[in-house]
Amino acid sequence: MSEKQTLNKSLNMGMRKALEDDPKVLIMGEDVGRLGGVFRVTDGLQKDFGEERVIDTPLAESGIIGTAIGLALRGYRPVCEIQFDGFVFPAVDQIITQLAKMRMRSLGKVTLPVVIRIPCGGGIGAVEHHSESPEAYFTHTAGLRVVACSNPADAYSMIQQSIRSDDPVIFFEPKRRYWEKAAIEVEEGGWTPLHSARVVTPGEHVTVLAYGPSVKTCIEAAAAASEEGRSLEVIDLRSLNPLDIGTVVASVNRTGRCVVVHEAPVFSGYGAELAARITEKCFYRLEAPVLRVGGFSTPYPPSRVEEHYLPDLDRILDAVDQTFGW
Amino acid sequence: MTIDSVRGAPDTPVHAEPELVQLLTPEGERVEHPDYPLDLTTEEIRGLYRDLVIVRRIDREAVALTRQGELGLWASLLGQEAAQIGSGRALAEHDMVFPTYREHAVAWCRNVEPVKLLGLFRGVHHGGWDPAEHGFHLYTIVIGSQTLHAAGYAMGIQRDGVLGTDSAGATIAYFGDGATSQGDVNEAFVFASVFNAPVVFFCQNNQWAISEPLEKQSRIPLFKRAQGFGFPGLRVDGNDVLACLAVTRKALENARTGQGPTLIEAFTYRMGAHTTNDDPMRYRLKSDEEAWKLKDPIERVKAYLVRGDLADVAFFEDVEAEAKRIATDLRKACLALPDPTPLSIFENVYAEDHPLMTEEQERFAAYLESFEGSARP
Ligand SMILES: Cc1ncc(C[n+]2csc(CCOP(=O)(O)OP(=O)(O)O)c2C)c(N)n1
Ligand SMILES: [Mg+2]
Repeated sequence: MSEKQTLNKSLNMGMRKALEDDPKVLIMGEDVGRLGGVFRVTDGLQKDFGEERVIDTPLAESGIIGTAIGLALRGYRPVCEIQFDGFVFPAVDQIITQLAKMRMRSLGKVTLPVVIRIPCGGGIGAVEHHSESPEAYFTHTAGLRVVACSNPADAYSMIQQSIRSDDPVIFFEPKRRYWEKAAIEVEEGGWTPLHSARVVTPGEHVTVLAYGPSVKTCIEAAAAASEEGRSLEVIDLRSLNPLDIGTVVASVNRTGRCVVVHEAPVFSGYGAELAARITEKCFYRLEAPVLRVGGFSTPYPPSRVEEHYLPDLDRILDAVDQTFGW
Repeated sequence: MTIDSVRGAPDTPVHAEPELVQLLTPEGERVEHPDYPLDLTTEEIRGLYRDLVIVRRIDREAVALTRQGELGLWASLLGQEAAQIGSGRALAEHDMVFPTYREHAVAWCRNVEPVKLLGLFRGVHHGGWDPAEHGFHLYTIVIGSQTLHAAGYAMGIQRDGVLGTDSAGATIAYFGDGATSQGDVNEAFVFASVFNAPVVFFCQNNQWAISEPLEKQSRIPLFKRAQGFGFPGLRVDGNDVLACLAVTRKALENARTGQGPTLIEAFTYRMGAHTTNDDPMRYRLKSDEEAWKLKDPIERVKAYLVRGDLADVAFFEDVEAEAKRIATDLRKACLALPDPTPLSIFENVYAEDHPLMTEEQERFAAYLESFEGSARP
């Protein structure tokens, strides 16, 4: 373990390492160069690696992803930044119809190692389009790997693992956790594989599944629950597609109860996939249905009410209680 | 190794100024332009001055409110007052505006109460004014989207068969220099051109898209792009309120009489940060800002009025006092904005009843009630 780093700095260090290790790695996006990104995730990279490798692109998301595909076809490994979750949509055509499907179209001859970094989630008092959780659109699209880091150590390792992946990776970053600090592991031997889930708080009574910004909230919920004698097992999924269902099933088979937490709307959200799979695999061990705590099935509200929209301690504990009352 | 895409300055500098339409020099001297005669009464020019001062004061108040934590964010229009007031005052009743998030002065011209703009940045709502009532559509934050809406609305005006009549209107789409790179904006140009739609594309080239200078978006002056799409484009001194008024009037009039779209590039400068979250000193020189200060859009009108003896000290004092009063009232109104209720989250998602909204709202109401008398708000 090295010294403590913020999450955005950990990503920065991870990308710096990738740029050093592989001359084909490129960084591209709006304001990623001189400014270092609006969250400073790419701070200093253009200064050290030059404008050919750390590219301030024109203001066009479809252009960013479309040209990243072209660069990848030419042997580069572009790491694209989408400035905010709500601005990925102009690029969605390129992502879904091209990036995700070209490998199959080419009968495996084309490899597209493109990483798309997306700061996601709410809770920062922002205006519209700056607080969204669009992961389900991407997990629903075959051909994309989708991961979400929740802490600095994972940020550092997962970004490098994603850049090395030969498949396109959608990489979600929990923007309201960018400035939180924790120790990171620089030695590769100590890294968790990219697509493995991790038990972050071991427990006995209820399995709580989360990813990205919600993980910390769930860890806090587990601490609060333990004061009332309830032991929650919090699992950070880390990878949404592929999903490490084994770790989840092992836990739920022990606890018999499961609550899924994410910021995205519950209706047709990622939690629906989890609930369905857990029901299939753990049906006879379940003491209660899998419950989902998430955003409401509405657009993300104005920031003065966002605390009500986002799953918080109380709503998570309320769902935990409900699994006991079933 | 040299890489073509990152070599130095392009051959045709995007900053070339020879074709700039100007009617009032930075020194406040009135000049004529053969294509844009403008006959304004002294009262009208004084009115423009008043607008400029007031919107700058409103903007300053909003920045202050943000610093004090009362707004989550503010996108300042500082430096762009003339582009917005000039074009905004060219609008007529039946015209429809499609703004970005920075058109506070155009909103002023369309009688949108400033506190409504602040409500968006305070996080009380996402917009909320009635676009039809003001002829001023909602703020659009996703870069470029609104240009297509403007083209489509213009196609509607066209289909109403009113062009060339007294009830004719045109649309005007505002967008930035950065936005010109978006597919949507280029598609809007194509649609407007192909359908000869009554739309004016008003690009405020404030030289920056957050940290990216214009050179990152274009190697030719932006107004020249219009030609490739098949309609006229021109560049106006965006810090000259008279010129902005004259060119926009003409472009709108052309649109209303069925002569199709125009692209106006208002050449100006973003004097402040991109938003209150931004620190421009990370990417640009103080000296650039200083140079643009000499072209201030308000000072030149003042100089003109003073030089021609068209306004006395009392006039300027009155305007200042009025601006101050408006700012004070705005602050009060902003602080008095009621927070949205938790249950309002479920409102206005659909036009018709929706069972999931009802279900979630009822469940959330019951949940909130369970806290009655305990810690949760
Ligand atoms: C589709 C999209 N991508 C990115 C952003 C983030 N963003 C907000 S403003 C901005 C720069 C806009 O520059 P410009 O069009 O010149 O307008 P200005 O802000 O200078 O008025 C960017 C990149 C956004 N709002 N929408
Ligand atoms: Mg700009």
